[in-house]
Amino acid sequence: MSAFENLLSENTKLVAVSHVSNALGTINPIEEITQKAHAVGAKILIDGAQAASHITLDMQKLNADFYCFSAHKMFGPTGVGVLYGKEEMLNELPPYQGGGEMIKEVSFKGTTYAELPHKFEAGTPNIAGVIAFKAAIDFINDLEIDQIAKYEEELLQYATTEILKIEGVKIYGTAKHKSGIISFNINSLHPYDIGMIVDKMGVAIRTGHHCTQPIMKRFNIPGTARISIAVYNTKAEIDTCINAIKKAKQMLS
Amino acid sequence: METIKEIQTEIIEEFEMFDDWMQKYEYLIDLGKELAPIEEQYKTEDNLIKGCQSRVWLHAQQQDGKINYTADSDAIMTKGIIAILIRVLSGQKAEEIVSADLSFIDTIGLKEQLSASRANGLVSMIKKIKLYALALENRC
Repeated sequence: MSAFENLLSENTKLVAVSHVSNALGTINPIEEITQKAHAVGAKILIDGAQAASHITLDMQKLNADFYCFSAHKMFGPTGVGVLYGKEEMLNELPPYQGGGEMIKEVSFKGTTYAELPHKFEAGTPNIAGVIAFKAAIDFINDLEIDQIAKYEEELLQYATTEILKIEGVKIYGTAKHKSGIISFNINSLHPYDIGMIVDKMGVAIRTGHHCTQPIMKRFNIPGTARISIAVYNTKAEIDTCINAIKKAKQMLS
Repeated sequence: METIKEIQTEIIEEFEMFDDWMQKYEYLIDLGKELAPIEEQYKTEDNLIKGCQSRVWLHAQQQDGKINYTADSDAIMTKGIIAILIRVLSGQKAEEIVSADLSFIDTIGLKEQLSASRANGLVSMIKKIKLYALALENRC
């Protein structure tokens, strides 16, 4: 937080921050960050791609100016997502793209744009994608996000306890408030090797730098292996995953 | 010296001995561990193969009309894969390397066993091996 505060000044226009880190799983204190950003007159944009299907979101309480997330990380289709913005902000923003359906009136004297949200939805939209996205959101709402968060927390705790039983495992991201992932390495084994072997055993984990090279550099590692937990996972699947990791370690050591 | 085709046949036969892909992976790991080391001076930025998710260095040297390759990787499975390619192509004539039909990769099913991005890495390795051969061939 102090590093953030050092960067923040009256000159700051926009603070952009992830709600949940995709590399470490840390839930950032975004309420506090939002308050601090607003205190110096900056706007705030929060990337909630790793949060939206995992933890409770309350836009009113949060008071962020912008909040975005992707459908494909919420069991929905690819290529579609949401940008939430406060109405006055969105009214202030000029359109970023021209096309059909976003124009109110066109003449040689000038052009006026359609009301929100049409102003930002130029051309033929991704209709099928948006309809499918709604089905994904309904799925989450039917299960209730609070219940999802509670269940996933249980799985995360269980998986963390179990993986730490494997000798040589180091977890990256051990914040008290975490969601969804365990990023780890085993001794000096390369995360790709671990990923390839567990893949053969039917376990899909992500390996690599997770597009967060600066943090990998900070830890001086080429990347990590990452277990991602979702509401559809079970404790039995965690066991399968841990056993696959044990087998990979044995094969590679 | 065996031909590229003969070595490929050998590798196909070796892989046929294994019943499942776990055993084939173990074999790849062994091949990776046995790969002759590359000289430290050749582990340069220029010798890194682009498109691989792990770091892979490849060095080529021409001797008596043949091209010799050495390589290394920080991931052992990747090292196993490049070790197989080196076994097939190192010590051959440039023109044969460039025109080599590496059908053994499909026959042993290596590519299908890799995820899309790792299969791309394999393609990059082959490309770099052939490019080195092409460059060295045209130099003399």
